[in-house]
Amino acid sequence: MDFQSSISGFAAIYIFMLAAFAGWVIIGRVPAILHTPLMSGSNFVHGIVVVGGVYALLNASTLQAQVIGFVAVLLGAGNAAGGYAVTDRMLVMFKTSEPAAKHGSHAKRGTVKSIHVKKH
Amino acid sequence: MLIWLPQLVIGVVDLAAAFLFLYGLHRMSSPVSAPSGIFVAGIGMAVAVAASFLYAFDVSTAARANLPVNLGLAVIALAIGGGAAWWGGRKVAMTAMPQMVAIYNGMGGGAAGAIAAVELFGNKATGAPALVMTLLGALIGAVSLSGSLIAWAKLDGVINKPLRVKGQQVFNGLVLLLTLGVGVCIVVAHTRDATLIWAMPTWIYAFFACALALGILMTLPIGGADMPVVISIFNAFTGLAVGIEGYVLQNPALMIAGMVVGAAGMLLTLLMAKAMNRSVSNVIFTNFGTVATRKQGKIKGSLKPTQPGDAGIAMRYASTVIIVPGYGLAVSQGQGKLYEFVKLLQAGGVSVKFAVHPVAGRMPGQMDVLLAEAGVPYDMIFQLEDINDQFATTDIALVIGANDVVNPAARTDKSSAIYGMPILNADHAKRVFVVKRGDGKGYAGIVNELFYAENCNMVYGDAQAVLIKMIEAVRGLGLPDVA
Repeated sequence: MDFQSSISGFAAIYIFMLAAFAGWVIIGRVPAILHTPLMSGSNFVHGIVVVGGVYALLNASTLQAQVIGFVAVLLGAGNAAGGYAVTDRMLVMFKTSEPAAKHGSHAKRGTVKSIHVKKH
Repeated sequence: MLIWLPQLVIGVVDLAAAFLFLYGLHRMSSPVSAPSGIFVAGIGMAVAVAASFLYAFDVSTAARANLPVNLGLAVIALAIGGGAAWWGGRKVAMTAMPQMVAIYNGMGGGAAGAIAAVELFGNKATGAPALVMTLLGALIGAVSLSGSLIAWAKLDGVINKPLRVKGQQVFNGLVLLLTLGVGVCIVVAHTRDATLIWAMPTWIYAFFACALALGILMTLPIGGADMPVVISIFNAFTGLAVGIEGYVLQNPALMIAGMVVGAAGMLLTLLMAKAMNRSVSNVIFTNFGTVATRKQGKIKGSLKPTQPGDAGIAMRYASTVIIVPGYGLAVSQGQGKLYEFVKLLQAGGVSVKFAVHPVAGRMPGQMDVLLAEAGVPYDMIFQLEDINDQFATTDIALVIGANDVVNPAARTDKSSAIYGMPILNADHAKRVFVVKRGDGKGYAGIVNELFYAENCNMVYGDAQAVLIKMIEAVRGLGLPDVA
């Protein structure tokens, strides 16, 4: 039995096209207020390159390949871990003023809605 | 051990990871669900990395002897790279976030380039198409690595001035051609089995040297104000490089994740460029600021300085206030004091909103993050298109550390370098206070006629110091809380 994926020619182009379209549509819905976390979040997502680095390193047969593979895993791991750390840190900072709304201060209701609605 | 089991597990896990990335990014479309979004994507990453060790069951025969060492190296690299970056990411100040993202992005590009290097040196890519893809990924990844490092140096203040030399673009073009030329030689040498002047490894080294140089040369002339666009571009580049190397390694998870980020980065780049009313090529190929030295028309009116305390008290007695924060606020670390002042106004029944320009800060949306860090609820923060009409019915607009994004010349003066850039209509408010360190010009190097307008007063001083005085003045009134 063989589960090795083999992607060539048009299949690759289809994957690229659909992924690019999905990225465009998904990111287009993100409000401007979240653009920095979004950028570091997508930065985190391309940290998946570390998986390729592990593959390259495990298959390294020469010293040169080992060194470069090591660098690939090192950098990829940095990309993934760092991207996650900063994105998570930023996102937990975003809070609503909902608890304060009880005190009857203004500009609370309705404004929350505007953030969600406008990107559709 | 059955040989197909690891393959099956890796396949299923990578499929799940690709889905979790997409779903996680999808959840980032609202501040409410965003934290869970990154967590979901994080799970995808963790399982994908864990499953990647199953490649150990399926290594090439040549590498089998090295496997224990390689496994150890992989664990060490993961621990060091991941640990150091995690620690850095937890410690970094929010104002330094753009630099940090630039670094992480460069790392991703470097990793993609390194994977390509392993493939190239190991002669693993067979056939022209695979070789071309490997080289393309290597080029984009290397450019992203060196370019991101220069971007980091600029954002961190290591490099202060854009470096511009005459004929730079022509020279950069030649370097690009040279890189492509070396790439063509590699493909030809490989497919024809010929030896061209140098041995193959020399060509590969030359290719990477050219690509890295290109990234540096491209980024050096770009000015500080254009950094939001540059970071977006390199983010997209790294995504593309990862996607392409994913194809080379026949790993669909890498292909999908890379291409999603590539498209996302492109979209953000275009949005940023639009917010500055410039094309992406304009950002890369022309030198912002140098065109702005032409003469301006005479400006009517005069600068009218006022005391911070007076401005603070005026806002306390207003009924609506819109605050326009700019990078100057972040420089003086005044966000916390600003929110303290805002809470004081709100306690007195004043309606306060924040108006954030898309390019406020050094990366897209950075000002929103800085305000969030100070505790400002996100439903008080409004984007340009949502709040611009409200300035006309607002008593006071308080502009802190922002300049070009409120310059009316963008609407009226066709000769201005920023003409056509969408701006916040702070000048439409009944009264405007501008907190500024001095009479300096903005990044665009243009005098701001808003400062001379009849309804505008200047409050000179460091943003944080000014806010402290405003708070003292308002507290000094001893008015009771209304809300």
